[in-house]
Amino acid sequence: MPDFLQLLLSGVATGAIYGMAALGFTLLWQAAGTINFAQGEFVMLPAFAMLIGMSFGLPLWASFIVAVALSILVLGAAFKNWIVDPMRGSGVVAVVVATLGLSIGLKSVVKAAYSAEPHPFPSIFGDEVFKLAGVTISYSDVGALVFAGLMVFALQTFLNKTITGRAMQAVAQNTFAAEALGINVKRMIFYTFAINAILVAVTALLITPTYLAKFDMGDNIGLKAFFAAIIGGFNNSRGALLGGVLVGVLENLAGAYLSPAYKDGVALVLFMAVILVKPDGLLGTPQERKV
Amino acid sequence: MISKQHLAFLGVSLAALLCAPMLLKTYGLYLLTLWLVYVIAALGLNLTVGYAGLKSLCHAGFMGVGAYTVAIMMKAGFSFWLASPVAIVICFMLGLVIGFPALRVQLHYLGFATLGFNLLLVLFFRNEEWLTGGTFGIQNIKRPTLFGFSFEGNLAFYFLVLTVTIISGVLLALLLRSPWGRAFAALRDNPIRAESTGVNITAYTLMSFAIGAAYAGIAGALFATLVNFIEPAPFGIANSLLFLMMVVVGGSGRFYGPVLGAAIALLLPEVLRDLKDWYLAVFGFVVVLMMIWLPGGLLSLREALKLSKAKRDAKLKTEGAV
Repeated sequence: MPDFLQLLLSGVATGAIYGMAALGFTLLWQAAGTINFAQGEFVMLPAFAMLIGMSFGLPLWASFIVAVALSILVLGAAFKNWIVDPMRGSGVVAVVVATLGLSIGLKSVVKAAYSAEPHPFPSIFGDEVFKLAGVTISYSDVGALVFAGLMVFALQTFLNKTITGRAMQAVAQNTFAAEALGINVKRMIFYTFAINAILVAVTALLITPTYLAKFDMGDNIGLKAFFAAIIGGFNNSRGALLGGVLVGVLENLAGAYLSPAYKDGVALVLFMAVILVKPDGLLGTPQERKV
Repeated sequence: MISKQHLAFLGVSLAALLCAPMLLKTYGLYLLTLWLVYVIAALGLNLTVGYAGLKSLCHAGFMGVGAYTVAIMMKAGFSFWLASPVAIVICFMLGLVIGFPALRVQLHYLGFATLGFNLLLVLFFRNEEWLTGGTFGIQNIKRPTLFGFSFEGNLAFYFLVLTVTIISGVLLALLLRSPWGRAFAALRDNPIRAESTGVNITAYTLMSFAIGAAYAGIAGALFATLVNFIEPAPFGIANSLLFLMMVVVGGSGRFYGPVLGAAIALLLPEVLRDLKDWYLAVFGFVVVLMMIWLPGGLLSLREALKLSKAKRDAKLKTEGAV
């Protein structure tokens, strides 16, 4: 039983991190119609930015702040202005292929510049563990869970309670109507990209201690984030978190009790099962097709 | 039917392909054969991506299924000529099984489902050592023989692959000219309208996906016998993405798009060999730039230039009028 609880807790913690990457992914899709196949690499880059920061002697928290700033600049503004904006009107497939190309390009740059070896990465919450009722709990799991929970809560509050947040939701729901109401659509879309950039930087901070900083660490994270987003419901922000936690917990349990070799296949099976029963995801609402 | 220009082009290409081996050394011939194998796979993917408009990211995985099926069956003593049809049928069936749930729901989902499935296939190849040899793979896969004639030699094998490529290409061209092909295109351009004119969307999308997978199976069977040795690595997600790039860079939805794309994907690493690890970075960013400036692929260059000239002329005219 303590084993089970331990697996459950670390699963929830990993899942909450997947959920954050998934959340950024759904936000981009809702606001700008962008399916970002480079989302995993967007997590990998800030991890390396932090590594470089620390190699200059900066403490982890300071390099994290630098990484967030860089992330907003590069993965937010530059990505939006140089790649997504010029492709408006070329269709979803072109954007998908462009982000796939971007994913290959970014991975290869890091591999060529920084070797294919995994690099260790410190946890901001330390490596200590404590025991509670026979269950061994690590501070980094609890920390990741709390941090991710706070991020999602803050984001929800921002989206629902502030004028800017509500304007962003309006843009996501109906761009034309939002523009007619005088909302600065371009700025709102930029905010969405910036929020995604912050989310991926936080994801990098929390997940890299377990995944290690490696050029292809994004493959797995990106894939889990897609599945989490669809399982939870592509058009629902809370769904992303739910999907992430489900994926994290189930793959932890499957890895321990069924087969460690096929742990990474759990997300796919869950995805298939969910879309067969509830095509719009667990919390999603049906979308109409456009002729 | 076929224009004179097109016929001339086909004739010249065929002559070039027949003569090329004389000018090439062993490695060149190997590359040429590998290119043809990639062309078969990419032709199939073009049917799925370019004509039916579905994003499939599992093509290398299907190729792996084809390669492993042939390798395992040949190791068990079956002939290549029995093993490869089995490989094709298995890929086709797998295509149906994976495509069904995803396509029932939303076209985008196929991309994710296939990506995850490719991951699962690689895990299977790597972990089921009793069947696939795990990371060591399967070695010494023999080349086929037919009625006592052996395709063991590189040149003979090249002509075998060339024949299969031509047959696969002709079959695909016939399929595209048939009502089926028209239905695929209708489906890509406007699914709802296609449905209202009586095209069964699910059945046709599923078919285009499964036929594409079957082509990957043919390519896999030839790949296994070409390199004589298979292991999980070439069938991973990275190569599935590479196949998609081949189709899109060449020009998706154009018959010769994947032929050109496969050549670029194969030759680029040779040309950029001095760049070593950086070549994939160059490739990735070139694809991004191309999607921005030329989303229709290289073969759409002429039309894109025409279009931009027409635009410029129109602009000049309006400016002149003012």
